[in-house]
Amino acid sequence: MTYEELLTEIALSDDRFIVMTAENRALVRNIPSKLGSRFIDTGITEQTMIGAAAGLALRGRIPVVHALASFLSMRAFEFIRTDAGIPNLPVKLSSFIPGFLSDGNGPTHQALEDIALMRGIPNMTVFAPADEDDLVKMLPQIWSHPNPAYVRINTRKTNYIHTPFELGKAEIISTGHDITLLTYGLLFEQALLAVDILKKEGLSVGLVNLRSLKPIDERTILDVTRNSRLTVTLEDHFLTGGLYSIVAEVLLKHSLTANILPFALNERWFKPALLPNVLEHEGFTGKQIAERILGYKTFHRQPETTMQQFAE
Amino acid sequence: MQTATMPVTRLEVTALKVREHIIKMSTNGGCFVGASLSAADLIVYLYSEFLNIHKHNLDDPNRDYLFLSKGHDVPALYGTFAELGLLDPDRLKNHLSLDDNIYWHPNTNIPGIEFHSGSLGHLPSVAIGVAIDIKIKGGTNKVVCIMGDGELNEGTCWEAALVANAYKLDNLIFVIDRNQFQANMATEDLIPLEPLHDKFTAFGAAVKRINGHDFEALHEAFSAYPFQPGKLNVVIADTIRGKGLPSIERRADRWFCNFNTAEVDDLLKELHGEHLTQLISETLMVR
Repeated sequence: MTYEELLTEIALSDDRFIVMTAENRALVRNIPSKLGSRFIDTGITEQTMIGAAAGLALRGRIPVVHALASFLSMRAFEFIRTDAGIPNLPVKLSSFIPGFLSDGNGPTHQALEDIALMRGIPNMTVFAPADEDDLVKMLPQIWSHPNPAYVRINTRKTNYIHTPFELGKAEIISTGHDITLLTYGLLFEQALLAVDILKKEGLSVGLVNLRSLKPIDERTILDVTRNSRLTVTLEDHFLTGGLYSIVAEVLLKHSLTANILPFALNERWFKPALLPNVLEHEGFTGKQIAERILGYKTFHRQPETTMQQFAE
Repeated sequence: MQTATMPVTRLEVTALKVREHIIKMSTNGGCFVGASLSAADLIVYLYSEFLNIHKHNLDDPNRDYLFLSKGHDVPALYGTFAELGLLDPDRLKNHLSLDDNIYWHPNTNIPGIEFHSGSLGHLPSVAIGVAIDIKIKGGTNKVVCIMGDGELNEGTCWEAALVANAYKLDNLIFVIDRNQFQANMATEDLIPLEPLHDKFTAFGAAVKRINGHDFEALHEAFSAYPFQPGKLNVVIADTIRGKGLPSIERRADRWFCNFNTAEVDDLLKELHGEHLTQLISETLMVR
């Protein structure tokens, strides 16, 4: 099932749902004709769209709003914080082309601080699905939950079949006592490839999909850092405020230390290009991740992944 | 002249009491006196005569809505609530106390306040969401959003006007408290707004410009609601910052005031002096 099919099905079965966009219909092209007056496009007005979503939520609606991740999380930030966060209204933010998914767009479109910003808002929940299967598995619970929610929309199709979603729970793909990779979103695909290479090198390797970033699964983070000699955090986000920071906070809260190797963008934007080339240039392919963890070059080839392009 | 349907004297008495509340709230920490006094008559009129909002229908989705986007005038709202029975007047003594929720900006812990405000340019869009939902459901309830003229510096006010026009929100009324001042200076000396009527008209609204202290003018304007089918209604209410206290009227430095007890006593005398004279003369005129 696609994101749009799921949204259409839920919105048609529950008239509390309102689908909104600030003139970005990429995810919802077929919805206007099906929802009629419950589809609202406010034009290129991210701030006004969020305020209007809050007004709709005041009347008992559940607005699912769509905009590009960088504009939604930053241009409309204060509206999200003030109009949805303070009154704790169920405004559901579908944030499109986050992180590396904005591949060729340039720094204006690179949402690399969105998780840091959104998780800092009281009442806000934050999610980052690994692919469309993960996305479609998590959204029904997120949309039926009473809090506002920020979802890093990722509609990439992969062959991976995820386990059922549970709010606040990580998806444990495998456990390993040498190395465990903690990741979310688009890079889950590369993490799978990295784990494969690391296992072929004879290591015991774990992988965790931290699909629910707030609430966060503290128990799993604690288990992983206790039971693995090295924990790797892997994210297409600035080093500050994302998963690396979350893990650090959890450890400090429990007076623990661990060996952590972070993969993130440290104080810089990434070089725009087509997605496979961005990953390669920035050192985020599965092979590059595995080799940086090992500290030496392997003879493995970077396995092929299907790269569907996103141009906005 | 007083008409059969407009109890002008009663409204003036209510407004006078609301101004008393505002002045009393301006001590012991202070409040935004100038902004509250300019909006007092608007708020009193809207709750007393125009809007279907009272303490028994606050949970009714078919009631009207008033969004106070210009949050600095909340003392006028607290005072009006106290006079109209939505708020125990004794609670106004709790202004800025940790024991209550009566502070410088609106908040929904006070029943009857629709939405918190304080950050400017937010509630026009929240009001749009409510107005759209009423339209979708075929409701007839009205949505009023009071904005300050200084607030119109915020681009989202104009975004909201564009969106209201696109969605033909004739159930929505933007009321501009046009007191000619923003925080520190006259609007026309900082970011000029005129010709304001033309600006809103150009954005697709049906606009009325009136004296915001004249209850009959307010009644005449709001009685014409909706001003034009399919158009956002805008009322530009020309008001006086500090209205009712000639010693502080139209003064840029009377945005926020923290008066001492003696000053409050003097201001109450000043208020009553002017209003008693005015009320007596108007009452005589009616007779």
